[in-house]
Amino acid sequence: MTALEKLNNTKQITMKNLELRLGKQAGDNKRHVLICEGTGCLSADAAKIEGIFADEVKKNNLADSVEIVRTGCFGYCQVGPIVIIYPEGSFYSRVKLEDIPKIVQEHLLGGAPVKDLLLPEAVNADGSITPFNDVPFYKIQKRVALRLCGLVNPENITEYIAFDGYQALNKVLGMKREDVIKEIKDSGLRGRGGGGFSTGMKWEFCFKTENAQKYVVCNADEGDPGAFMDRSILEGDPHSIIEAMAIAGYAIGANKGFVYVRAEYPIAVNRLQLAIDQAKDFGLLGEKIFDTDFAFDLEIRLGAGAFVCGEETALLNSIEGKRGMPNPRPPFPAVKGLWGKPTIINNVETFANIPQIILNGAAWLNAMGTEKSNGTKVFALGGKVENAGLIEVPMGTTIRDIVYEIGGGIPNGKEFKAVQIGGPSGGCLTKDQLDAPIDYDSLLELGAMMGSGGLVVMDEDNCMVDIARFFLEFTVDESCGKCPPCRVGTKRMLETLIRITEGKGEMEDLERLEVLANNIKASSLCGLGQTAPNPVLSTLRYFRDEYIAHVKDKKCPAGACTELLEFFIEDSCKGCTLCKKACPVDAIIGERKELHVIDQEKCVKCGACIPKCPFKSIVKK
Amino acid sequence: MAKKEVVTPERMKKLDACLAANKNRQGGLMPVLNESQKIFGCIPVEVQKIISKELNIPMAEIYGVITFYHQFSIEPKGDYIISVCMGTACYVKDAQKLVDEVTAEIGIGPSETTPDYKFTLMATRCVGACGLAPVVIVNNREKGDDVYGRLTVKGGEMKDIISKY
Repeated sequence: MTALEKLNNTKQITMKNLELRLGKQAGDNKRHVLICEGTGCLSADAAKIEGIFADEVKKNNLADSVEIVRTGCFGYCQVGPIVIIYPEGSFYSRVKLEDIPKIVQEHLLGGAPVKDLLLPEAVNADGSITPFNDVPFYKIQKRVALRLCGLVNPENITEYIAFDGYQALNKVLGMKREDVIKEIKDSGLRGRGGGGFSTGMKWEFCFKTENAQKYVVCNADEGDPGAFMDRSILEGDPHSIIEAMAIAGYAIGANKGFVYVRAEYPIAVNRLQLAIDQAKDFGLLGEKIFDTDFAFDLEIRLGAGAFVCGEETALLNSIEGKRGMPNPRPPFPAVKGLWGKPTIINNVETFANIPQIILNGAAWLNAMGTEKSNGTKVFALGGKVENAGLIEVPMGTTIRDIVYEIGGGIPNGKEFKAVQIGGPSGGCLTKDQLDAPIDYDSLLELGAMMGSGGLVVMDEDNCMVDIARFFLEFTVDESCGKCPPCRVGTKRMLETLIRITEGKGEMEDLERLEVLANNIKASSLCGLGQTAPNPVLSTLRYFRDEYIAHVKDKKCPAGACTELLEFFIEDSCKGCTLCKKACPVDAIIGERKELHVIDQEKCVKCGACIPKCPFKSIVKK
Repeated sequence: MAKKEVVTPERMKKLDACLAANKNRQGGLMPVLNESQKIFGCIPVEVQKIISKELNIPMAEIYGVITFYHQFSIEPKGDYIISVCMGTACYVKDAQKLVDEVTAEIGIGPSETTPDYKFTLMATRCVGACGLAPVVIVNNREKGDDVYGRLTVKGGEMKDIISKY
């Protein structure tokens, strides 16, 4: 049997079993119980849920008809832990351990989904059930990179194979290397890690550099706060990355690959290692892949908590065992990379697109998205939205659609204020830009950037000066210290911002910030420094009033900057003296059963009194 | 302050095995340091000396690498590491108040350890569970992680969490 026959055999056999997850009734009363075991749901007891389901299934002698499947992230993290039961596609949300016996009795034994445990949006007025991918959260989404996340068991290679897994690798091995690169180039795929450089061009540079030893590196050092798409792909569909890296290896002529993952992602690391081992056992990694002369091997290398290692040259230094500091470019890694050899570095999400481009053709990706930004983009939607989670939409989708259609708007009746895109390299956009399409170029024009795709929504209670300070604190801490503009410049900017949030700012500070920011952008060595001022510049551009309020009126309009607030005790005080006891500086005056007062001279605004008050009488103004 | 026992014969054995596996590996220092941090809970100078000798890398370089990465530490940490996620999604949902509450409760600031080595407080980087924001993780090397998500930040929550340990 040839390797391809073996693959196709496995595909056929496995697909028969998986068809019911595609909405095809399999008959025989067979059911699949899919349990989300991404980091989010695992943090909310998903592993225990799996255990109880397994026990119940055994107890009720259902082992022959029910399969329990551990999957990656479904994306709708807000309503986790999530369990989906096929063939109905019943969407059980916020599953509690004590609900499981009922689900097993009524749904798995009785055949009727337990409607009051389903996601409320999934139950229609007439009592019918909306399958999970048709609920509003998923309606305008288009899943390409997340295609199999939440559909297959990432710990079982045969399920990936059933959904065309490793077919693309087989296909490219019959193509000329130049044609593989041309296909990727024609698809217009741009780096999903932030920069947006053409993936095909990167491959071409490396292909054209002659060297007997080349490397493929996958950048999974996802450091942007509020972004977790790379982790979710590794957790939910690790084989797509392995296949894509092998394809890249063939295209540029490399036989060795490294995946550089954050050590903070233990589940992703374990699943990826398991996937690599399974691929080796199946003959899809190693020597003579698909009976050709192509050999490819893959190794995981762990980071150790340094944001700058997401920068490609810093990442390579880290793999080599050095301090993760960037090098000046050129030479680009495609020419001189890991251990001096030509190397391509692509982000996880970028790789996740590759097998499907090969199978469906360049034109398929071209048809999605906008003219210059093709395909889809995964965003980690979080902060002050009803539905936080991981989403994937065609490029060009508006911020409004994401925040309101998918995100469900702002909770607690609060007002939308801003959305922060792209983490510490990105910027804040306001409600005036809600209708702006999200693609690489329009975001840059607006002063933000795609970054890795963190999308954090803020409401009226968030102070934009404070947010700028928050990001600067992050970059100051993460600056590697190699080049002075970043090392010294960001520190000076942070000091200025702290002064402003403490009410000690001057109007000249705003101009100083802008001048300094532009100098840092122009003269820093790597992407970290070049983009670090963006959060400050974008908030200065769109929320200048708020800066002025801090400087001139010494007020924080959002009520977030503690130094600019004063604490007061309202008339509802019953004089219980609890706050008085909690105050570390004896600033609270008042006898038992009498209204207490805070001495503003003494008060250090530590806030220790607020949680102590049983009557919620202490307010900040 | 009582000194915490870090280097034990049993742990040294694990280090030896790790060094043997990585000795001839290209770029072996990072895997060795990652493993050492796991084995000892920190990378004390005497362990650095052994690594230096076995991998033939100068002490100065090893010290440089250890101090560069956040995950490596030279001093031992507490038995329970309280990590308050300070990713953007948690920060906009008032995670700073959770840090302050821990400080008020057990008297240590971020990156500090209580004198009895019971707790270390970390204001940590995004843990990527943004759907559960704000998130606090309490980690013990033997017992693993306890994750507390969707905290309300109304006060008193951290006290309840700390009292469990």
